[in-house]
Amino acid sequence: MIAKHLPRALIYGILLIAAFFFLAPLYVMLVTSFKDAAQIRSGNLMSLPTSLNFDAWSLAWSSACTGVDCRGLKPYFYNSVIMAIPAVLISTAWGAINGYVLSLWKFKGSEVLFGFLLFGVFMPFQVVLLPMSQVLGFLGLSSSLGGLIAVHCVAGMAGTTLFFRNYYTAIPRELVNAARIDGAGFWRIFWRIVMPLSTPILMVTLIWQFTNIWNDFLFGVAFSGADSKPITVGLNNMANTSSSVKSYNVDMAAAVIAGLPTMLVYVLAGQYFVKGLTAGAVKG
Amino acid sequence: MKTLENILPKLVIAPGFLIGFAFIYGFMIWNGVLSVTGSRMLPNYSEFVGLDQYVQLWDMDRWWVALTNLGIFSVLYVGGSMALGMAMAIFLDQKVRFEGVLRTVYLYPMALSFIVTGTAWKWILNPSLGLEKLMHDLGWASFHFDWLVQSDMAIYCVVIAGVWQSAGFAMALSLAGLRGIDDNIIKAAQLDGASLPRIYWRIILPILRPVVFSTVLVLSHLSIKSFDLVMALTAGGPGYATDVPATFMYVMSFTRGQIGLGAASATMMLATVAAIVVPYLYSELRAKPHDR
Repeated sequence: MIAKHLPRALIYGILLIAAFFFLAPLYVMLVTSFKDAAQIRSGNLMSLPTSLNFDAWSLAWSSACTGVDCRGLKPYFYNSVIMAIPAVLISTAWGAINGYVLSLWKFKGSEVLFGFLLFGVFMPFQVVLLPMSQVLGFLGLSSSLGGLIAVHCVAGMAGTTLFFRNYYTAIPRELVNAARIDGAGFWRIFWRIVMPLSTPILMVTLIWQFTNIWNDFLFGVAFSGADSKPITVGLNNMANTSSSVKSYNVDMAAAVIAGLPTMLVYVLAGQYFVKGLTAGAVKG
Repeated sequence: MKTLENILPKLVIAPGFLIGFAFIYGFMIWNGVLSVTGSRMLPNYSEFVGLDQYVQLWDMDRWWVALTNLGIFSVLYVGGSMALGMAMAIFLDQKVRFEGVLRTVYLYPMALSFIVTGTAWKWILNPSLGLEKLMHDLGWASFHFDWLVQSDMAIYCVVIAGVWQSAGFAMALSLAGLRGIDDNIIKAAQLDGASLPRIYWRIILPILRPVVFSTVLVLSHLSIKSFDLVMALTAGGPGYATDVPATFMYVMSFTRGQIGLGAASATMMLATVAAIVVPYLYSELRAKPHDR
């Protein structure tokens, strides 16, 4: 449409400038992580490292200091893995069941219940921080990975329910009714009819939840203890450590390490990621 | 048997919904209760102080700084992401080659955590080594850029990083909307002699209104909740110059031992989000009764 009026070169020029703007920080992170302190001082943001130097990476991974703790990002990374896997699986399964009932087994008032649950997607979690930390205390889950897993499951449930409920609404009711006439019950219909149709929404929800939980900082910083800090908290502490000499190369390597899992997911399953983003935005 | 079959679905979701509602509405009330107590280091439910915490909150310079920053950040972050995202979507929609690659490039920041991107931007915006040094090396000797350490400018650094992170999201939604528009409408308008900017402004944008609306809604509530990016980029500093309500709440509740005040600020955040989201949710659920 614009094509006839604007030269193609201008369109491509603008698109490439935008691409440069979005890629530049990633480029800066990568080149900086391969420089040593002298190269950082002598070069600039965009200059290439004169040699490939992996020292910053190994420092960031296993021996950089955050405060007095000098074990690198490794323990935080493992904490995030241990936290994210069960939290993603549980919140997804929970949302699938809720969505199944709210779309195919509607009852009087189920729409209202859903509407009230939906607010949980938007609610600022600052409101739950103080009560939640008390509840975690009562449950004996303070400062533990178990506590973080529980928080992520409950906090993610409204969103996963929304995904599954909207997806399952498109399944014809006749399919379910026919199965009921054939004698299939609630669980049988779920496992034999609904689940086999669920692969796309399962992918979307798993990716969405993984990205959210891996990237979470608020719950991590508020509820974790010395041995249960997730990677985002580890990275932030490392990058904000006020030491006399700032090692930007180590910070950048650490940032890449912290972002690697979600980047990988994005590259491998980008189309599902986009679906999740758009599905998360266009409600109802 | 028949009755069990009828109540089974309700029975299955009941525990989850109870937990969910306790988390959402129970905690909302609990937070409200905390905000009318004199709680400091620890919750103290016996000391009822009425609205004192709210009075104190609105008397604090720091809260006003946080609100001002939120105002600046929200407007520029939502507006900037929206404008940039919409522009990229329009240009991408011109049947360009490598569209898939470009889309991937524009959207990848969304997959990263604000902590990661905040750390990267902190280095780029570093006053003496980052962008400034790059410009000097490129021959622009007088270039000076130290917003990150300037109390009155640092919030704009947060805006830059925020727009960078979220413009791709606005682009993805806008592009999806553009793809849904029938080409014939545009062809017809062109035959009538309408100019291109006019077609986009008068025809396409109005059709996209629902998409724009939900994108703005999502970005606005994200901006009110924004916490990670500020923590990673400036940690609220210099001083508390880049505080936003979310960082204010965290600092009061967890490092300053002012739980009552923290709870009051959280209530204000909740009220702001509710004012934006509740009418939207209400109209969405009313307008489309999913009675298939």
